[in-house]
Amino acid sequence: MKPETINNNFKTEEYFVNMGPQHPAAHGVLRLILTIDGEIIKNVEPDLGYIHRSIEKMCERDSYQQIVHLTDRMDYLSSHINNEAVCLTVEKALEIEVSERVKVIRTIISELTRIASHCLWWGVMGMDVGALTTYFYGFRDREMINDIFEETCGARLTMNYNIPGGLMFDIHPNFVKRTKDFITHFKTKLPEYDRLLTGNVIFQKRTKGVGVLTKEDAISFGTSGPVARGSGFANDVRKRHHYSAYDRVDFKEALFTEGDSFARYQVRIMEMWEAMKIIEQLIDTIPEGDIKTPTNAVIKLPKGEYYQRVETARGELGVYINSTGTKNPYRLKFRSPGFSNLSVLDHITKGAKIGDLVATMASFDFVIPDIDR
Amino acid sequence: MMMIPLNITKTIHDWLYSVMPENAASITEMLLIAIAYLALFAVAGLYLVLLERKVAAWFQLRLGPNRVGPFGLFQTMADALKLLSKELTSTDKTDKFLYNLAPFFVITTSLIALSVFPFSKQFQAFDINIGVFFLIAVSSIGVIGILIGGWSSNNKYAMIGAMRSGVQTISYELSVGLSIITMVLLTGTLQLSEIIEIQRTGGWLIWQGHIPAIIAFMIFMIAGTAETNRAPFDLVEAESELGAGFHTEYSGMKFAYFFLAEFINMFIIASIAVVLFFGGWLSPFGITEGITWFPEVLWFLIKVLIIIFLMMWFRWTFPRLRIDQLLTLEWKYLLPINLVNLVVMAIIIWLNLTF
Repeated sequence: MKPETINNNFKTEEYFVNMGPQHPAAHGVLRLILTIDGEIIKNVEPDLGYIHRSIEKMCERDSYQQIVHLTDRMDYLSSHINNEAVCLTVEKALEIEVSERVKVIRTIISELTRIASHCLWWGVMGMDVGALTTYFYGFRDREMINDIFEETCGARLTMNYNIPGGLMFDIHPNFVKRTKDFITHFKTKLPEYDRLLTGNVIFQKRTKGVGVLTKEDAISFGTSGPVARGSGFANDVRKRHHYSAYDRVDFKEALFTEGDSFARYQVRIMEMWEAMKIIEQLIDTIPEGDIKTPTNAVIKLPKGEYYQRVETARGELGVYINSTGTKNPYRLKFRSPGFSNLSVLDHITKGAKIGDLVATMASFDFVIPDIDR
Repeated sequence: MMMIPLNITKTIHDWLYSVMPENAASITEMLLIAIAYLALFAVAGLYLVLLERKVAAWFQLRLGPNRVGPFGLFQTMADALKLLSKELTSTDKTDKFLYNLAPFFVITTSLIALSVFPFSKQFQAFDINIGVFFLIAVSSIGVIGILIGGWSSNNKYAMIGAMRSGVQTISYELSVGLSIITMVLLTGTLQLSEIIEIQRTGGWLIWQGHIPAIIAFMIFMIAGTAETNRAPFDLVEAESELGAGFHTEYSGMKFAYFFLAEFINMFIIASIAVVLFFGGWLSPFGITEGITWFPEVLWFLIKVLIIIFLMMWFRWTFPRLRIDQLLTLEWKYLLPINLVNLVVMAIIIWLNLTF
């Protein structure tokens, strides 16, 4: 603190506050060591390790079928997409071509997962800026998706629906009907989200111009997902590096250039609309075909390195497998979106108020087990 | 119906004066009234908490409390009992004296303010000729309780919450005061019972003072919500930022005092609004004017509940402001508007343009 900014007799004192690991705004066990001068943030230092489970190390111990189950526990809100990432990598390594049916079903469920994740994020975003009611609205709609998942794969959150080579079992007979019902329902509810929160003057004041991330910083910090796209950095993996059935659907990449919390908010709202568009294009024409391509009971990847990326609800998830030809990977590395996104936090919240930090964090949509594996 | 309890008070009054000397009798009477008020408003506060939870549930697609008693009517009673039986914990290195004093500061000031309200023609504990002034004065003491509570509990979150509260309450007190003074200009009296008498003949003050009165009412509602530290001005206890704010370290009944005080303060703000703008216990258009047995206190309660519902509506739909936006709103918008409004009101009265 420079004393000459006010006068020499009036000195302020910086002090530390631990935000977390048990803090309502952290949505998990993220500890932020804040250096604060009154209400103004001088420094933010994220401290990880409170939910480290050595998932990457455990992967080296397990077989490839087992690894899929571990990925549920990383970014639990887009568990299906995580599963898919590992399966795609293994399939790529084994040079298996999965059937069209598998690709389409994977894509539909991925997009449903994305909507569910964004619903939860929307509720929590509202809650973090003080509008507690949004939480229940978001959960109402997310619940419908969870019910669809439950019917098809038996689990609501950690789905384990993918296996290397396809899907565990076929979709439930009700799946198509219920998904369509959900889309019709959600098309009436998304405008309600806008009426409740997006248009609110206080909400816009809290988020517009807050936590501005420039495009250059977004690229150099390696951000991805809605955080990067809110800053005008078009990096949607679904669009640029097609996987599953994304090559045959028509959707817009949500892109805003302001780089503030409100832009990131709008990106996610738009992504929900686009996800519905993708599902609508695919749901009526799920092709017939095998639900799994047979693999060996013990999968051994050929010697080499394999990398595959997917777009989770939070950004780009990369899976790197280094195989020595045995039944488990020599090294497996996840490039999680949250970790890179978190690194920006200090950079863009310096000099802001405590309330700004919370609003910015909410717009980043952190899932701590994803950052801290 | 109101006549029966009034007869009871008269009987008690006569009996007390017959059995003991005059001074002792009047002190006993005051004590009795104080105890009656305490009991009444503690229960009223509890039911406001229940109302808040029910209203919140309606807004949030939930059912709200519905297990304890019919429609969950005893839920907050059970909560209060639970809080009563809880251990009073505190952290190390708290300033014990101030830490224990703070909750009483807050609850006492809220309860004192209640004494001047004319709930009906006869139902008023303390009809002083500086009623409005008394209200403003007493309600500004509460913030001291919050400040010392936050400071003495030796917690950084509590400290930030308390400082925010200090800044906020002191700023918004100005707007509350000025919007009240705008109305006082119209009535020409500070005595609450007389303010209501004026409205009996000329219509409610919001009608008499028309445009400046409506502006004053709007400012009063915004500033009043801010002064009770409720959303969208609940920065003091912004749970996503500060945990629980100034009462983070309080437990059991001490916490309950803070909690109850918030609801009683809400009741006070709504009551001031009702007295100053909506004719207090007067019925709308005098529809129950001639009916002697009609409990006028009912009109007062209905109006208060409508305004409380409005405040709950704010709380459950609006996001929270940031601290600098909060102060900008007060110092750059509300206060200048209020000062202009005061002059406008004066001109209107001078030109005799009131209804």
